[in-house]
Amino acid sequence: MRIIRNLAVTLAVNRNNSQRNHHKIIMSRQLHANRTVGVDKNVWVEFTQLAADYKAVNLGQGFPDFSPPQFIQDAFCAALNGGPSMHQYTRAFGHPRLVKSLARFFSRTVGHEIDPLDDILVTVGAYQALFCAFQALIDDGDEVIIIEPFFDCYQPMALMAGGNAVYVPLRPKKGSAVLSSGDWVLSAEELTSKITPRTKAIVINTPNNPLGKVYQLEELQMIADLCVKHDLLCFSDEVYEWLTYDGAKHVKIASLPGMWERTVTIGSAGKTFSATGWKVGWAISSGNIIKHLKVVHQNSVYHCATAAQEAVACGFETEFELFGTPESYFHQLPAMLHHKRQKLASCLQSVGLQPIMPEGGYFMITDISSVKCDLNDESTKYESYDFRFVKWLTKEKGLATIPVSAFFSPEHSKEFDKYIRFCFVKENATLDAAENILKKWNQRE
Amino acid sequence: MDLIFVLQYTMSSKHTPARRIEGLDKNVWVAFTSVAADPSIVNLGQGYPDIPPPSYVKEALAKAVAVDRLNQYTRGFGHPSLVKALSQVYGKVYGRHIDPLKEVLVTVGGYGSLFNSIQGLVEEGDEVIIIEPFFDCYVPMVRMAGAKPVLIPLRPKSGTKTVTSADWYLDPDELSDKFTSRTKAIIINTPNNPIGKVFTRDELQMIADLCIKHDTLCFSDEVYEWLVYKGHQHVKIATLPGMWDRTITIGSAGKTFSVTGWKLGWSIGPEHLIKHLQTVMMNSLYTCPTPLQEAVAQGFLVNYELMGQPECYFSSLAEELEGKRDRLAAVLQEVGMTPIIPEGGYFMLVDVTSLNQDLTHMTDDEAYDYKFVKWMIKEKKLAAIPVTAFVGEESRKQFEKYIRLCFIKKDCTLEAAGNILKNWRKV
Repeated sequence: MRIIRNLAVTLAVNRNNSQRNHHKIIMSRQLHANRTVGVDKNVWVEFTQLAADYKAVNLGQGFPDFSPPQFIQDAFCAALNGGPSMHQYTRAFGHPRLVKSLARFFSRTVGHEIDPLDDILVTVGAYQALFCAFQALIDDGDEVIIIEPFFDCYQPMALMAGGNAVYVPLRPKKGSAVLSSGDWVLSAEELTSKITPRTKAIVINTPNNPLGKVYQLEELQMIADLCVKHDLLCFSDEVYEWLTYDGAKHVKIASLPGMWERTVTIGSAGKTFSATGWKVGWAISSGNIIKHLKVVHQNSVYHCATAAQEAVACGFETEFELFGTPESYFHQLPAMLHHKRQKLASCLQSVGLQPIMPEGGYFMITDISSVKCDLNDESTKYESYDFRFVKWLTKEKGLATIPVSAFFSPEHSKEFDKYIRFCFVKENATLDAAENILKKWNQRE
Repeated sequence: MDLIFVLQYTMSSKHTPARRIEGLDKNVWVAFTSVAADPSIVNLGQGYPDIPPPSYVKEALAKAVAVDRLNQYTRGFGHPSLVKALSQVYGKVYGRHIDPLKEVLVTVGGYGSLFNSIQGLVEEGDEVIIIEPFFDCYVPMVRMAGAKPVLIPLRPKSGTKTVTSADWYLDPDELSDKFTSRTKAIIINTPNNPIGKVFTRDELQMIADLCIKHDTLCFSDEVYEWLVYKGHQHVKIATLPGMWDRTITIGSAGKTFSVTGWKLGWSIGPEHLIKHLQTVMMNSLYTCPTPLQEAVAQGFLVNYELMGQPECYFSSLAEELEGKRDRLAAVLQEVGMTPIIPEGGYFMLVDVTSLNQDLTHMTDDEAYDYKFVKWMIKEKKLAAIPVTAFVGEESRKQFEKYIRLCFIKKDCTLEAAGNILKNWRKV
């Protein structure tokens, strides 16, 4: 009898415990959705934290540390004082004044009459434009060709849409010294060999982050021919489109024959007007394609901030009038960055490093294989060389950069782990500080 | 070469959209918001204020834009000063410490929080319970995640004439039956759009008991949390026992500070849930605009000091709106319509049956309320939103006699609406 009573008591205690514990056990099944698996790590979170922790001179993350131009800041102020409607919802697919100014501006450069309501979607930065493109057009099992080195978000976005990323690297030309981003090229044979019946899209980024390559017309034509032949879509990330140096010309692949109806061209107010924190971007394509991106947009964020869009519209209206003149910000900004690019390159060369001169964009990559240093940090033992080097440079020298293998696929990252990326879109004081660090380091060697 | 080119162009191509967006292109707002552009129409349709936001919030934005650094990228999961302010304000409201870095995510409006929650936590094949009438995006978002919306309507209490949103309730047995082994989450919205119902503690406890019993999550859309009228209290389901660990609570700067065009919102919840929303954020838009976040932070800091006092915007706005609610309701009753007086939020449902408006000449296969609103816009120059936009097919019949009016409007707008209503019978 006592045994049975004890058993009953034990069972009661167990049941109470499991009920209590049940409150704590949330979901015996998986909490998170499968689409978030494998896309939860991010190089920026780690490296921006490191730069902050060590108060390093930050040539890492890509944003200006100088102010946006006065006229664009004034435009934002005018917008926020422009009456109550500036603080309430605007048209979901893009503030009317902005889509009109974008259509007017870009119709000229893309060589196609862009319809402001049908052919444009305004997004929360170019990042969200990419997201809409992947979510709208990539399905389970689709293959997406990504040209390496690539802005790191393309791969997780393809994955999250159920797609498979297929990589094709830009490679330095053999034979001659590799001095410029123009010396990195795509092999037509290699690209062709990666196309299968499952290939849905190819992602290109020109000017390229991190390399700075500005694709030439012939290179884009080669890609376009394959897109037309195999009926592929093209996602063309052109956020740095105004930042070309040494006379390099930015060409829009969407302007090539047969490409308007299959290309999503992505742009960024943040990069255009040196105001990355505004997060206004856009996708431009034929209405048949944009309508699908709109569906993703209306079921994810729906609207973008009104006043910021109004300010960007003013910016484009101003630039439309000044286009091609010395007063144009699209002329002044690359001219200013041209000097900074040179300044950083000279400083790197003076300490024995080999920068690859970028033809465009915000960044310069540098070959660090000639640097002898003792990376004796146990905690980074299993990471790739450039990751270890960047962490050492941040901690030991107080200079923050970004490792370039972060922009390559796992299968190719070993080939490219001797480069680090510098952002030169910084005020001269920052570049001077970096120069001092490098000079001091060089003197000690 | 040209012929091949032409064939390629006209062939049905691989440019088919992804299946996840199939059937999600329709939207009630597309049909009705173009109305807002016509100044001759008195617009009580789409839910946004035509009254200005508090001046200190606008000033804070102007100040922020003048600071170089605040025009560049900020922390992806939320600008530090904003997440700290949210942690402070909501820590007080919840009565618990809220970690600003791990338990708060800033998103593009309440809308963005809903998207991140559903994309982060709802799997293909899951079921998600949604209470009708619902803010219309819940169903397409659940479908885009490959999951199945399971609908349950709020029902008017029988017997009494329903005159307030409190007369609408969830049948506990009916709700209980909706929970299956596939149920991943239930979405609740309190105060509710469009009815204005403020769920009581008992009602939320009933829902919480089911969440715990069936081990589901709860997404609580509380964007109108401050807009609760006298005699009612906003209760956070996440504060009920056992619920913090399984609830994402959603808030909105747009609704809090009357700045819907700023599109900032937030999700608050336990780290083990928020981290999945952060993953979605990291792979969708990465970060929200900096100067706007800084300005919202300032708005919260100002009002944190005033919480509990009448000068606090959270209370003063509710008081201002209560007056507008009552004046609009009075006019509607005067002309023989039946408003459902909302306990919270800034919408009011109106039963238009008593007007006996003959719409047989409108032959489109649409619900009565859609026809009524379109007719009213054209003939009476007054815009509203049809309520069947907020319910599923099966509940259409119960809700097609209602239209939704938004009353967060200037007094002159509401007066103009009142005049139209008073002159209704006149041709």
